[in-house]
Amino acid sequence: MSSPEQASETRRQTMEVDIACVGFGPATGGFLTTLTQAWSQSPDDPAFESKIAPGMPLQVLCYERADDLAAGVSGVVTRAEGIRASFPKLDPTQIPMSTDVKQERVFYLLDPIGASRRSRTLRVVDFFLRVGEKLCVKNEAFELPWTPAFLHKRGGLVFSIGQFNQWVAAQLMANGLVQIWPGTPVSSPIFAENSDAGRRAVLGIRLADQGVDKDGMPADGFMPGMDVHAQLTVVGDGPVGQVGRALNQNGNRPKGRDWALGMKMVIELPADSTLEPGTVWHTFGFPEPEIFGFLYVHPDRLASVGIFVPSWMSDPARTAYRYLQHYIQHPVLWKHLKDGALHSWGAKSLEESGKRGEPFLAGDGFARIGEGSGSTNMLTGSGVDEAWTTGVQLGEAVLELLRGGRPFTEQNLSATYEKRRRASWVESGVRQAEHARDGFHFGFVRGMVGMALAGLTRGHLRLKAKIPSATEQICPFEALDRAEKRQRDDATQKVIEEGRPFHDALLTARGWPEIPFDGRLLVTQQDALLIGGKVQAMPGFADHVRFLNKELCRSCRERTCIAMCSGQAITQGADGTPVFEREKCVHCGACLWNCAHAADEESGNIEFLAGAGGLHSAEN
Amino acid sequence: MIDSFHIVVCAGIVPDPLQTLEPIVGPTGPGVKNEMLLPAVLDPWAASALYEAASLAAKRPGSRVWLVSLGPKAKLQQLMMSVAQKASFELVPIDGPIGGFTDAHAAAAAIADAIGAISGLDRSKLLLFGGWESATRGAGITLQFAGERLGIMDQFQGVDRIDSHDDGSFEVLERVEGGKHQASVCMGPPAVLGWATGNLAEPRNNPQVGMANMRTIMPALQKAKSVPMASNGLSYISVSLPSQQRTTRVVKDLTADEIAHDLVAWIEAE
Repeated sequence: MSSPEQASETRRQTMEVDIACVGFGPATGGFLTTLTQAWSQSPDDPAFESKIAPGMPLQVLCYERADDLAAGVSGVVTRAEGIRASFPKLDPTQIPMSTDVKQERVFYLLDPIGASRRSRTLRVVDFFLRVGEKLCVKNEAFELPWTPAFLHKRGGLVFSIGQFNQWVAAQLMANGLVQIWPGTPVSSPIFAENSDAGRRAVLGIRLADQGVDKDGMPADGFMPGMDVHAQLTVVGDGPVGQVGRALNQNGNRPKGRDWALGMKMVIELPADSTLEPGTVWHTFGFPEPEIFGFLYVHPDRLASVGIFVPSWMSDPARTAYRYLQHYIQHPVLWKHLKDGALHSWGAKSLEESGKRGEPFLAGDGFARIGEGSGSTNMLTGSGVDEAWTTGVQLGEAVLELLRGGRPFTEQNLSATYEKRRRASWVESGVRQAEHARDGFHFGFVRGMVGMALAGLTRGHLRLKAKIPSATEQICPFEALDRAEKRQRDDATQKVIEEGRPFHDALLTARGWPEIPFDGRLLVTQQDALLIGGKVQAMPGFADHVRFLNKELCRSCRERTCIAMCSGQAITQGADGTPVFEREKCVHCGACLWNCAHAADEESGNIEFLAGAGGLHSAEN
Repeated sequence: MIDSFHIVVCAGIVPDPLQTLEPIVGPTGPGVKNEMLLPAVLDPWAASALYEAASLAAKRPGSRVWLVSLGPKAKLQQLMMSVAQKASFELVPIDGPIGGFTDAHAAAAAIADAIGAISGLDRSKLLLFGGWESATRGAGITLQFAGERLGIMDQFQGVDRIDSHDDGSFEVLERVEGGKHQASVCMGPPAVLGWATGNLAEPRNNPQVGMANMRTIMPALQKAKSVPMASNGLSYISVSLPSQQRTTRVVKDLTADEIAHDLVAWIEAE
């Protein structure tokens, strides 16, 4: 059988368009909304005539990896300044699960179990809080007397990103000016022949091959991914998108970045719930000090409840699902969630470097927007509105270039898009936040101090740190103490003997109590995949997670990729090599930054490619 | 002699069955809670019909395929994003209410009217395709009613295969009792074929097909007429979902005998 390359040579189709977008999230939504709003107002403007098909309207396409545009992941609370600017008459009731923010509270959660990894300093703090329990601690939680100004989302919105995306897509498609295609992963950018670190030039994108086996070899119905040549490629595929990561190479992005895995449940609240729609809680301190959490209440008795597991949690046993189950059982939350039911579940990697991880924003024929372009504000914990606004800025820049008849060169995009971005509130926000979380590399307490300093002084004071690569952020097995090594060995034994999931066995070995499954809200992770995430994978695509050096995997004792895999799609193989099951993968991308062994300076030993399938939940 | 077909596929839209579906009774009758919130998919049975239609049309140059679908315009538009890359067709949208609880007679009348109004449709070449049943809540009779309203007498249900002959006739395999098929030869169109699952895999997404389809789909959607559905006095006594119970066990390396034993035990317990 021929290789994909050989088979492709003769059968690969090509298509010419004016603008090709990669990934349909808030950033691309903002871009396409800006473009089409102007276009609808002046449909006969010659600026909107196609350059590749003269006489025809501009050909604008967007390709999204997920099977549906509503299959995004994130319950969101946002100030929504950029979104409201695009839709001045926005009525949240028109978008399912959306509502105005009504009240915000911040809680420091004590550990009612005694299993979390708390430092001595934190234990002292906890002790004094408990001493004054009747005064300030209720349900094992200390509520901050106010929400810091930098954190608040007053005047903002609570919504579901899946529903928001669906709503935006409906507006866009209704005018017939752009096409958005879900279920179509993009495998790579097409670089110009002379593209390098000095001259960045992109000619378009290549779609993923279809009709291939798990190794990517041609199989029944083989169809090489089409080459889509575009005058402008808009890259909005997020932090783990294949196109954005390919553009990061050649020194196009700073090394040393922070990550987090956001995992959440959408929970149907009990019938007698007193939580008002628009309620927003931010939490920290439990299930581990480094893990932040949230509760956002939507209309119709639905709530998004989730946690963020950061890369600076150096523990190689870092995991999410089991922690999330302990989190929702914390007394201050459980009081409201008990007797609720799991509606939906999902997970996503978050780029936690913000401005510090910003790559080149534009080159010849391409521009980058959204989270993958370093727009997330790590101080306010806000990314959606910022991503949307970067899309709007690019949209305005593209309109300016189209009307001026100027090509999409790096110079022109820098003078229009980058210029707008640098002058905007997004830029000033991410600059203030640039080092806000560096302190966490010295520990939780110093991390909180660093955040407070940056927040209260608008970024003038901060604790600065050199950020190690994701691989270096994982504590090596050899550096663990004897007790921790024994816990890991016990857990590994349970995985082999009882077939338990690795992350589950690890936390049990560490003293976390077993989860009292109730079949409604507390369910196994496999059930969460099916009844919450509704995960599935279309046949005909290759495995998108691959282990590069299998010998390295066999010798790995951290096994962080297995513990951290959101969907238990990576498990321990019989010969020590991890096994990947595409049908369970939610495409969160956690495996990318949870490998303890470097293949090169920045990347781990895992390759994460473009793939179809994943979550089918529309409520995330 | 018929050398090409005009195939009209009637395809209902349903909420993605992977979503959490909860029946409710609202002011206008039964429905699914928050249905507008849920992604729509082509009814899986009808999707088979569409893929078979595309395959048959590809074998008969000059053939044309139309997809007739009834539902809210916004949902039809959403659906097209996932369907239009899979097969070439022209969309005939009917902007109607959401939900599968409309009266089958009223739905069939709207569909027959829409088909009758298709410009360029040659009824002597007409094959009316659709799903044999609905995967969710269809009455399973809408296609027959639509065929009858169009005056088509040759009707086949539970179709798994069609083989067209050079003289314009075709052989149809229909599912019958006992896992067997009944083979019938029809002298030619017009005919109604209610498809079971067919034998074709879901086609790959082809971006060029999608782009070409969209050139006619979006204008068609923009012109779609709203069609009210008469209830004709129909009322539902109750609506429920099949009971679901998941008892997951993660077990590896079971033998075929052990799996069979487990299945038998589970069936006996039901």
